[in-house]
Amino acid sequence: MTDTAQGHASSTGISNVKLGMWAFLGSECLLFGGLISTYMLYRGRVTGGPRPSQIFDIPFTSVSSFVLLMSSLTMVLAVSAAHKDDDRKTNLWLTVTALLGATFVGGQVYEFTAFYKEGLGFSTSLFGSSFYTLTGFHGVHVTVGIIMLMSLVGILKRSSVPGKKAEVVEMIGLYWHFVDIVWIIIFTLVYLIPV
Amino acid sequence: MTINTADKTHEQQHGMSNAGYIRIAVILAAITGLEVSTYYVDFGVLFLPALLIMMVIKFVMVVSYFMHLKFDNKMFSFLFYAGLVLAVGVYAAFLATFKFFIQ
Amino acid sequence: MAIIERPAPTVPAIVTPTTTYGSLKRPVSATGWRSWVFTVDHKKLGIMYGATAMFFFIIGGVEALLIRLQLAAPNGKVLNADLYNQMFTMHATTMVFLFVMPMAAGFANYFVPLQIGARDVAFPRLNAFGFWALLFGGIFLNLAWFLGGAADGGWFMYAPNSGPVFSPSNGVDFWALGLQIAGIASLTGAINLIITVLNMRAPGMSLMKMPIFTWMITVVQFLLLFAIPVITVALFLLSFQRNFGARFFDVAAGADPLLWQHLFWIFGHPEVYVLILPSFGIVSEVLPVFSRKPLFGYPFVVFSGAAIGFVGWGVWAHHMFASGLGPVSVAVFSLTTMAIAVPTGVKIINWTLTMWGGKLWFTTAMKFAIGLIVLFTVGGLSGVTHAVAPSDTQQTDTYYIVAHFHYVLFGGAVLGIFSGFYYWWPKVFGKMLNEKLGSWNFWLMVIGLNLTFGPMHILGLQGQPRRMYQWTEARAGEGFFNLAFWNLIASIGSFVLAVGILMFLINVLITARNPQKAPLDPWNARSLEWMTTNPPKEHNFDVVPTVHHLDDFFHQKYEEDPVTHTMKQVRTAEEIMAEQERNADKHIHMPSPSYWPIVLAFGLPVITFGLIYSHLISVIGGVIVLFAAYGWALESSTAPDSDFETNTPGTGLDKVASNHD
Ligand code: HEM
Ligand SMILES: [Cu+2]
Repeated sequence: MTDTAQGHASSTGISNVKLGMWAFLGSECLLFGGLISTYMLYRGRVTGGPRPSQIFDIPFTSVSSFVLLMSSLTMVLAVSAAHKDDDRKTNLWLTVTALLGATFVGGQVYEFTAFYKEGLGFSTSLFGSSFYTLTGFHGVHVTVGIIMLMSLVGILKRSSVPGKKAEVVEMIGLYWHFVDIVWIIIFTLVYLIPV
Repeated sequence: MTINTADKTHEQQHGMSNAGYIRIAVILAAITGLEVSTYYVDFGVLFLPALLIMMVIKFVMVVSYFMHLKFDNKMFSFLFYAGLVLAVGVYAAFLATFKFFIQ
Repeated sequence: MAIIERPAPTVPAIVTPTTTYGSLKRPVSATGWRSWVFTVDHKKLGIMYGATAMFFFIIGGVEALLIRLQLAAPNGKVLNADLYNQMFTMHATTMVFLFVMPMAAGFANYFVPLQIGARDVAFPRLNAFGFWALLFGGIFLNLAWFLGGAADGGWFMYAPNSGPVFSPSNGVDFWALGLQIAGIASLTGAINLIITVLNMRAPGMSLMKMPIFTWMITVVQFLLLFAIPVITVALFLLSFQRNFGARFFDVAAGADPLLWQHLFWIFGHPEVYVLILPSFGIVSEVLPVFSRKPLFGYPFVVFSGAAIGFVGWGVWAHHMFASGLGPVSVAVFSLTTMAIAVPTGVKIINWTLTMWGGKLWFTTAMKFAIGLIVLFTVGGLSGVTHAVAPSDTQQTDTYYIVAHFHYVLFGGAVLGIFSGFYYWWPKVFGKMLNEKLGSWNFWLMVIGLNLTFGPMHILGLQGQPRRMYQWTEARAGEGFFNLAFWNLIASIGSFVLAVGILMFLINVLITARNPQKAPLDPWNARSLEWMTTNPPKEHNFDVVPTVHHLDDFFHQKYEEDPVTHTMKQVRTAEEIMAEQERNADKHIHMPSPSYWPIVLAFGLPVITFGLIYSHLISVIGGVIVLFAAYGWALESSTAPDSDFETNTPGTGLDKVASNHD
């Protein structure tokens, strides 16, 4: 095979980029693990300001969690369309995913403002600091995902995309699902288990 | 190249149809509904274990089906689950040193 | 030797620039400063890592000498208390994060692709980005010296002591954000090397045929992959506390001061293996070559390395025995710590048995390797004395600890690195380092090292605290164990050590001036990196080797005589090279240089600078990052086929399998 003549050949037949993405996600587990553990340690430590159970709005957060969960479905539909070389559907589902993501982030902004008005600032208590840090980190991840999705929609319109189109969509998909599973954990541990 | 096409056919053989994805999403939605119901209905002693089990099921379903880990090369699973297992183990030990689990 | 000097038939094709953003042409220079700044060649980047690390080694060394000058005599006046704190903090930070880690990254970058028979790493642009991020992060960290004082909380920066109340200058902010940038560099480097090793090995090179150095580097990259995010979390918490008023370490708000300690050491203990395992890998290459024997028990060395990497996650709290963890935690972590001594001992036994009965050839590289075995063992033994919790409570925060970790870090990690310099210099630069000066280099360093750090055992057991900026005559005591005498010896030793290192720098200069070229295979070596020219061509190998054995190069040169069962030379390195050139691959398209890695990396310190001074600057940094990220995404890592001037029409076979990183 002349593959081996290339700087980029792979000896296993697996894509480098995909392996790299999974390694990165493995690493992210320790990042979010650390943030979640910090929150778990500190969630009940309230010397001033509201306690978690006093301000969480479970119905509201349930809806936005549901929105994020469904964005995983639309993302996977985009990947599947990309594998079938169906550009129109790929673009459509990518856009819908980005919109759902934006809805989630919008909900988070609303939630943060509401909590702030109810007296939970970043410096109010250990609960406040660790709550905003954890959910804020997640929110930033979602936002980065949205930026990537939108850029992808823009780039896909160009004729030449560096790399395999479908693979690029798939990589962003992996990232997006990961952000979703982190929220699955946050939703249970932070919101549903009361303190 | 050959490499990537091989990858692709592999996926098409074992991957899922769109209907399959929608089925998974419906199950996920249903579990989420159940999770939220714990807020309204008293589950008694089952509350905590039920929530944790549902969380794990959702997590594994997204990883296995939406992220294709179930059908893909084992090396991907290794990289991801190595990180995940390490994270769970290390941070559980970390919380244990704070006597978190025996409050 | 004419063979090597004849121009190779396969010069990588010349590239004409493509554009990004429709207007920015990609860089193509093959010479001059541009060929370095925009390079994605793993060998050039390896050299750049090495040079950067050496530069920081000198800075960290000068800081160490200032510390020892201050402590040479009672009531030292060289530094005031505040400056002393900054000095030991930055000394350690520089040595750990800006010298040993980048130096190991340099060796890894240069030699891992060569050892596995690859033409480059999996993600060449990411590789370049990692280097620039490290360099900019390191500079950023040191900027604090000129902007109100450097970090002063010790290299593990315990919170809440590192909070704004006790450390009001911006030093800790620079420290936390600078390490954050260096962390990004390590993380991208780790992903890159892991994928390279998993996915880019030459045909036939199964995992258990990989050279030990590559194995140890792989273990290290896994440690980094999973440990860096932990320190990232800790550093964010600290920065948020200092810059945005978070309460994480605020005891008045109910915070637990041990939170930082745990997070730091969950990262920190794997980190010490990150520092030592590359050097273990280097000596595992050097010892067999200069003992004229294969490495004794290769699988044991591999598995003990992996075991160290694994168990290393379960011992972190041994750094916290004195913090009131509670008896259960102390007992558990004491036991796991003793357990981890076992795989380390296995390695030492393997090295010793490799030399046993071999025809030893005492080159400088070999001397450094033997130096490592002896001195690391000394440090390892004092380490076992800390694993015993009751004895550790006596030793902790005294000079005994300082003695211990310098024996393992200097006697272990640094001697291994020097062994690597002498062993691989001809490979990288095509010239041999002077062996006579090398001998001076080695002996002065070893003597200096023992003079400096040996007495610190005594100082520590006599109760001299670590991080103490002055000692007084009145409390120095009398007799053989008096502090005054041993402090003076340690300070004299540190200058002997410095002269030893100077010998190395002189050696480098003399070698650079020496016109004599190194022979093709000067050490009669065993692994694939020697199966190419000195220095290797841009594409590393004319023919990608097909591997049949562990130590494949050796087995191409030697075959076992069926009658006498001894190894007989059947071919010379020159013959192997000549054959490769005859069958050289055509159409080798190497990844093309790029502007984006350095631009992207430059955006990072701009962002962090803005976090300290003005958020507007951060926005500018963010724009730079975004701009570079788009440029990066819109450019393929290897210029497209149409960009290559090929003599024969493209066959289509030489497209690139994956081209975005
Ligand atoms: C040039 C030779 C060196 C000398 C003379 C030297 C000297 C010292 C001294 C005297 C201290 C103790 C400061 C104090 O506690 O007051 C110290 C601390 C330290 N050194 Fe070195 N050192 C050298 C090289 C290295 C190297 C190569 C490394 C790591 C690879 C290293 C890592 C450290 C660390 C981690 C600390 C602890 C700093 C702290 O307490 O936060 N040193 N060094
Ligand atoms: Cu340790």
